[in-house]
Amino acid sequence: MPPRRFSRRIAMTDALNLLIQPLGQTLLMILVSTLIATIFGGALGILLFALSNDRFAGKHKGARFAKHVADRAINVLRSFPYIILMVLVLPLSRLIVGTSLGTRAAIVPLSIAAIPFLARIVESSLSEVDAGVIDAAISCAASKRRIVFAILIPEALPSLVSGLTLTMISLLGYSAMAGVIGGGGLGDLAIRYGYQRFRGDVMAVAVITIIILVELIQFAGTALANRIRATR
Amino acid sequence: MFHAERPEEAADQALIAQPSYNAPSRGDLFAPSRAAFQAISVPTQAPPPNVMRVDGISKAFGSHVVLSNVSLGVPKGSIHGIIGKSGAGKTTLIRIAGLLEKPDSGSVRYEGIETPVHLLRGRALLEARRKTGFVFQSFNLFASRTAGENIAFPLEAAGWPHAKAHARVAELLALVGLSDKADSPSMHLSGGEKQRIAIARALANHPSILFSDEATSALDPETTRSILELIRSLREMLGLTVIMVTHQMEVVRRICDTVSVIEGGKIVEQGLVADVFTNPRSDAAKAFLKEDRND
Repeated sequence: MPPRRFSRRIAMTDALNLLIQPLGQTLLMILVSTLIATIFGGALGILLFALSNDRFAGKHKGARFAKHVADRAINVLRSFPYIILMVLVLPLSRLIVGTSLGTRAAIVPLSIAAIPFLARIVESSLSEVDAGVIDAAISCAASKRRIVFAILIPEALPSLVSGLTLTMISLLGYSAMAGVIGGGGLGDLAIRYGYQRFRGDVMAVAVITIIILVELIQFAGTALANRIRATR
Repeated sequence: MFHAERPEEAADQALIAQPSYNAPSRGDLFAPSRAAFQAISVPTQAPPPNVMRVDGISKAFGSHVVLSNVSLGVPKGSIHGIIGKSGAGKTTLIRIAGLLEKPDSGSVRYEGIETPVHLLRGRALLEARRKTGFVFQSFNLFASRTAGENIAFPLEAAGWPHAKAHARVAELLALVGLSDKADSPSMHLSGGEKQRIAIARALANHPSILFSDEATSALDPETTRSILELIRSLREMLGLTVIMVTHQMEVVRRICDTVSVIEGGKIVEQGLVADVFTNPRSDAAKAFLKEDRND
C-alpha cells in the first residue's frame, strides 16, 4: 500500500503553520540585536569619530593611539566569518543570557557582529557632516557633547537611518545561521525542513518570507530617510 | 577713534602693533597699544580700548608656514578689514582670533578676560566664545533645524530658559528683518536670507565682537550690499566691533574703518581705509586698489 500523501492544500497550510514560530524568532533576533547594536555601536561610532576628528579629540596624541587600537580591534572582529564568531562567543552567551542554546543565546553573537558594523557606519555618517557646520556649532559656544547630540546626529540622521537599515538587513542574513546553536528562525526552517527533509514548499515559504522582510525593512528605511530629507 | 586731523604717520604707528610685545604684567593687558595710542592722540579724548588683540601670531600646517609673527589690535566699535589674496593667511588669522584654531605661538586677548583666550579650556573657553560671533562664507546653517532653531542653538548652549530664548529669537529675527521666516527650513532660504540668519545666530549671546570670514563672497553684488549695510547698522545699534576677512576691496571701501593688508602670512600694510586708499604703500595694497578700480 502506497503511503498516504498530503493533499497539496494541507501541505501549504502545514508550511504556513511551520512558519509562525521561526518568523517570531527571526524578528526577535534582529530587533533585539539591532537595539543593542544601536546603543553600543552608536556610542562606539561616536567615539571613533571624536577620536579621529581634529575639531574634537583628533589632535591629541592619546586619541590617535586609542583610535589606532580601536581600529585594529574592530577590523579583527569584522574579519571573523560569522559562523566561527557564533561558536567562539558561546561562553559569553552563557555568561550574559545564562544559556548557550536557543534564540536568546543567538542574540549575543548577532549583537557582537552588529556593534562594530554599526560603529563604522555611525563614524562615517558623522564624518560626512560639513566641517564648516561643526565650526559654526563651535562658534556658538556649545560643548562638544552638545554639538554631537544636538547638531551632528540630527544633521547626519538620514545617513544614519540608511546605515541602520543596512545593519538590520545584514543581521537578517546572519540570523539565518542561528540554527547552528538552536536559535531557530527562518533560515533554520529553510535548512531543516526545506533542505534536509526535502520539503520544497517549506523552503519556498521560508525564503519568500525572508525576501519580504528584506523588502519591508529597506522600504521603511528608505521612506524614513526620505521623509527626514524632505522636511529640510 | 580715528581723527582726520591726526597726522598720517602717527596713525600708522598706532595701528601697527608691536611685534616685540612680551608677556604683560597682570593688570592692564592692553597697556602697550594704549600707550602707543596716547602718545599720538588728541589729549582730551581717552582712547577706546582694544576689544581684541593678537600678538606675534605664527601658525604652520605641517611645513607650510601660514602666518608668521602677525600682530593686530582692534579698537572697540570699529570695523576692521583684513584683505589678502587666497592663501595669504587671512582666514587662518581670523580663525585664530575667533578661537576656532590655536596659534603655534603668540597670544590672543579679549577685553575683560585676564587670561589670553587662546590658552583657555573647558567652561572658560565657552565663556570667551560667548563674547564672539562668527559668520562664514558658506553660511553653515544647521540643515536639521529651522531658521529660528538655528538662532536658538547658541542660546540652548548657554542654558537660556525656553521662554526667554524664544523671545530672544523673535528679537533677533526682527533685527535681521526676517521675522516671517522663523519656521522656514533653513535650506529653503535664499543666500542673503541664510547669511542674515547666520548673523542673527552669531549675535544671539550679545557678543562684543563679530568675526566675518568672507561673509559676502558667495552673494551677488546687490545682496552683498544689503548684508554690508546690515552689518554697519548692527555696529551702530549694538556697539559691535567687527573684524572681517575679504578679498574684495569693495567690501573694505564700503564699511571698514581700518584695514590690514596681508600677504604671504605677514601684514604688509595697516591703517585707516582712507589713507590706504589715497596712499597705498605696499604692492599688495596697490594691486587690490587697481583691481577695485577696474571693477
